[in-house]
Amino acid sequence: MEAHVVSNAVVAGLVAGALYTATRVRKSRFWSESFRELGRRRPVALAAIAFYVALGLADSVAWLDSGAQGIAAHRPRSLVDRLFPAEFQERSYSAPLAFEEFYGGAGLRFPGQHWLGTDILGRDVLHMALKGARVALLLGGLTSLIVIPLALLFGMSAGYFGGRIDDAVFFAISTLSSIPSLLLLIALIVALGRGPLQVCFAMGVTGWVSFSRVIRGETLKLRELDYVAAARALGASESRILLRHILPNVMHLVVITFVLLFSGMVLTEAILAFLGIGLDGSWGQMIDQARDELARDPIIYWNLTAASVALFGLILAVNLVGDAIRDILDPRTVRENV
Amino acid sequence: MSEPVLEVTDLVTTFPTDASLAQRAEGERRPAAGRAAVVDGVSLSIAPGEVLALVGESGCGKSVTALSILRLVPKPGRIESGRVLLAGRDVRALPISEMRAVRGAVAAMIFQEPMTSLNPVQTVGVQVVEAIRLHERMSAAAARARCVELFERVGIPDADARFDSFPHQLSGGLKQRVMIAMALSMQPKLLIADEPTTALDVTIQAQILALLREVRDRFGMAILLISHNLGVVNELADRIAVMYAGQVAEEGTREELLAHPRHPYTQRLLASIPSRHRPGEPLAEIPGVVPAPGEWPAGCRFTTRCHRAFEPCATVVPRATPISDTHRAYCHAVALEEERA
Repeated sequence: MEAHVVSNAVVAGLVAGALYTATRVRKSRFWSESFRELGRRRPVALAAIAFYVALGLADSVAWLDSGAQGIAAHRPRSLVDRLFPAEFQERSYSAPLAFEEFYGGAGLRFPGQHWLGTDILGRDVLHMALKGARVALLLGGLTSLIVIPLALLFGMSAGYFGGRIDDAVFFAISTLSSIPSLLLLIALIVALGRGPLQVCFAMGVTGWVSFSRVIRGETLKLRELDYVAAARALGASESRILLRHILPNVMHLVVITFVLLFSGMVLTEAILAFLGIGLDGSWGQMIDQARDELARDPIIYWNLTAASVALFGLILAVNLVGDAIRDILDPRTVRENV
Repeated sequence: MSEPVLEVTDLVTTFPTDASLAQRAEGERRPAAGRAAVVDGVSLSIAPGEVLALVGESGCGKSVTALSILRLVPKPGRIESGRVLLAGRDVRALPISEMRAVRGAVAAMIFQEPMTSLNPVQTVGVQVVEAIRLHERMSAAAARARCVELFERVGIPDADARFDSFPHQLSGGLKQRVMIAMALSMQPKLLIADEPTTALDVTIQAQILALLREVRDRFGMAILLISHNLGVVNELADRIAVMYAGQVAEEGTREELLAHPRHPYTQRLLASIPSRHRPGEPLAEIPGVVPAPGEWPAGCRFTTRCHRAFEPCATVVPRATPISDTHRAYCHAVALEEERA
């Protein structure tokens, strides 16, 4: 099946899931109150995340043009692509809103229309910066989806059951963390390939270690608490205690770690891109390609600026919202009228 | 008399000693230093509707005895020998799945700290419903109705609204009531109450004790009350067993034990209650501390602190001396007195 068809289906699934979650949230007083509280505390950051997510989703919905010919007939264009004219490209650098090329001064094909200028290959920088949102969200989201279940599984079972299981998990944790993670990551990517799924998998497999240690520690603490003993005294099985009593009580850690992981992964990808093994179209790649441009005279700043601002905006917004979510969801922080 | 709800015979529960844990930490697979019997040969029996109080200092093994009854001794502790019959069923022989069915349904337990006995991230209603549905298939609506009914029965005001409260929104007394509601949900035959009022202030203590008494009277539920507070014991207990260093020292009805204690330990324990002293008078105390498990004397374990210790005490383990049908003490001095009488 073609990539853009899969991508469209995934978007449809995500939207359906989001709508279903929204109806459930509306029904539950606790969750709808929590969400409203989040909106009160972090309106700008929430709007920024909504914008990035909308961009990422819009860039994932793509289809082929029926009338197109040549290469364009095989290159599906996403909703974001369609905001810009087809073949929106120059021959080389041009400054933001310029009417002629940066070097040589020849006329542009789209004079005054490149709001953030173009890069060395003449591609529109605004267009690339917007498309970077999808790559970042894919990377952060998919990696977290791998990391969190792994870390929960290993951390909780090690902390709760102790003994041999704890020894085994801790052996894995110690071994993995004794290898410099960037080297391990590079080795895995070289072995697996450079596709987005492979990179996410590699980052997931190396990323669960520290989180798992946190979960293990928290579980060690929780398993000694009276309500776990009480549940056992009422006849609850071990799996039920893990799912109903331990898991919900480590969820605040999951929320905050998800946020840190998310931004950490996007930043790690920027480093990988710098080494030339990042994802195509990521902000990290844009920064990598722009690193020589700062040395030029007159300076070419727009490429680097656009990518950095986009990256910074997403990470700041995610961190702010994550912090607020933790405060709101943690039952131990006292809240009025809930 | 009908068949006892709980019958414990010669229960021995051991934990590894500090020395053995240290050896294990150094990589020793089979530590030479062994295990200490934290509960050593305890026998108890409770009839339906009876309240037996287990009294003793911290670390005398009363909580471990209670946990052994439900087979909940935390690792690395284990039950070494003895028999525990709960409503006629041998607890030690049951497979774990049947043991789970017994916990909560035949014997339920409430704990000392109501503050931490409830899961902070779930509403109290959900937790009670969970306790019900562990043992009985029931629709969510029916379980909720049962829960609200239980809340009303244990005196939680505004029971329907409280269903959706989180533990941090309730006071300590209300939380303990929720715990009791949870324990009552399956109408168990035995309620094990491990220091149920220790963490509460005095007025709330009185309310919880009244509630426990009412529960006993209305449902004929037997209660194993664990406490070091003799005032609480006096309020509630029919019979009292005094424990010292993992063994029962003296056992009898409330009147026998509180009014006519025979074992030197019980006597000194009662004598040290502050309200029995006049103002200005120095408080009586028992000299020394309870020896640590593993350092117990070979004979009577109270020897080192006993003011009446004589020649056989340090070497010979005292046997039960019957004083009446219900009253017995494990003491050489008492045995001598009884012989002479």
